[in-house]
Amino acid sequence: MNKVKLDVSRCKGCFLCTSVCPKGVLIPSTELGAKGFEIVQIDGAKECIGCGACYKMCPDYCIEIIEEGRQ
Amino acid sequence: MNFTIPKDIDMSQQASWCPGCGHGIVCRVITEAVEELGLSDRILTVDDVACGQFGQFAMKYNTIMSAHGRTVVTAAGLKHARPDALVIARPGDGSAYSIGIESTIYSAVRNENILTIVINNSVFGMTGGQMSPATLPGMKTATSPFGRDENKDGHMVDITKLLGQMDIAYLARCAVNTPANTDRTKKAIKKALQKQMNGEGFCLIDVLSMCPTNWKTSEIQACEFVKETQSKYLPLGEFIDKGGKE
Repeated sequence: MNKVKLDVSRCKGCFLCTSVCPKGVLIPSTELGAKGFEIVQIDGAKECIGCGACYKMCPDYCIEIIEEGRQ
Repeated sequence: MNFTIPKDIDMSQQASWCPGCGHGIVCRVITEAVEELGLSDRILTVDDVACGQFGQFAMKYNTIMSAHGRTVVTAAGLKHARPDALVIARPGDGSAYSIGIESTIYSAVRNENILTIVINNSVFGMTGGQMSPATLPGMKTATSPFGRDENKDGHMVDITKLLGQMDIAYLARCAVNTPANTDRTKKAIKKALQKQMNGEGFCLIDVLSMCPTNWKTSEIQACEFVKETQSKYLPLGEFIDKGGKE
């Protein structure tokens, strides 16, 4: 089980993460973040496989993936 | 597997790059490569007067900001003054290949023992998207509104052709438009840093990067543009790899 940690206060709404997520876990929200950009959100119905594609593409270091049971 | 933000990334502040800019990805890749080699306290970076200057707000390394186009020679001077440090110059294509082309070429001629990472987005980003030497043929920019005409504006500069025959340690072109390409970029940076530690000489990595603001595309279309167009004119790969002592 993997957990996606989002720091939306840094999100600039480029949605590169949503374009590379193979499971569609990350989706655009309709909310504006602290910087005035539409931010990303986690679709609770989908399960993260921990591939790290979103982490590798995020230019603003908003995303971390923690595998439960591992530090 | 855990994916956590590298400790060398400064999370107390945020660089003001545009959404979808490749600079942030390149900085993360640099810090990951440096941390994996355990070199965090030996890195000195040299930033350019351009979008790359915001790297000083993204990474915790000691940084010198050079005059525009003089990034590579400033880094070479820094390496002479501090031979124990590992020096990374981070110019853009508008700097390293136009006003700074003589700095780039003569640093390669002298085989200076530094790593140059050129963030190549085919335009002058900070000043409003003007045509740069690495602008692709037919590409529309602020100063080539009908597309770059090679008869009038000259040919595109492909640094791998210019430096391809020189006696330098490493020359590669990578991209940051997909997760797999960012991994390849990290491998190239690690290899180049190891070469610098071995004293093998000049390393240059040309990183194709997105500039959605000046390309007038969405962020996701910019990644597609790198894949479909930019990397066709500027092919990815390793061009020089001297394979010195490990």
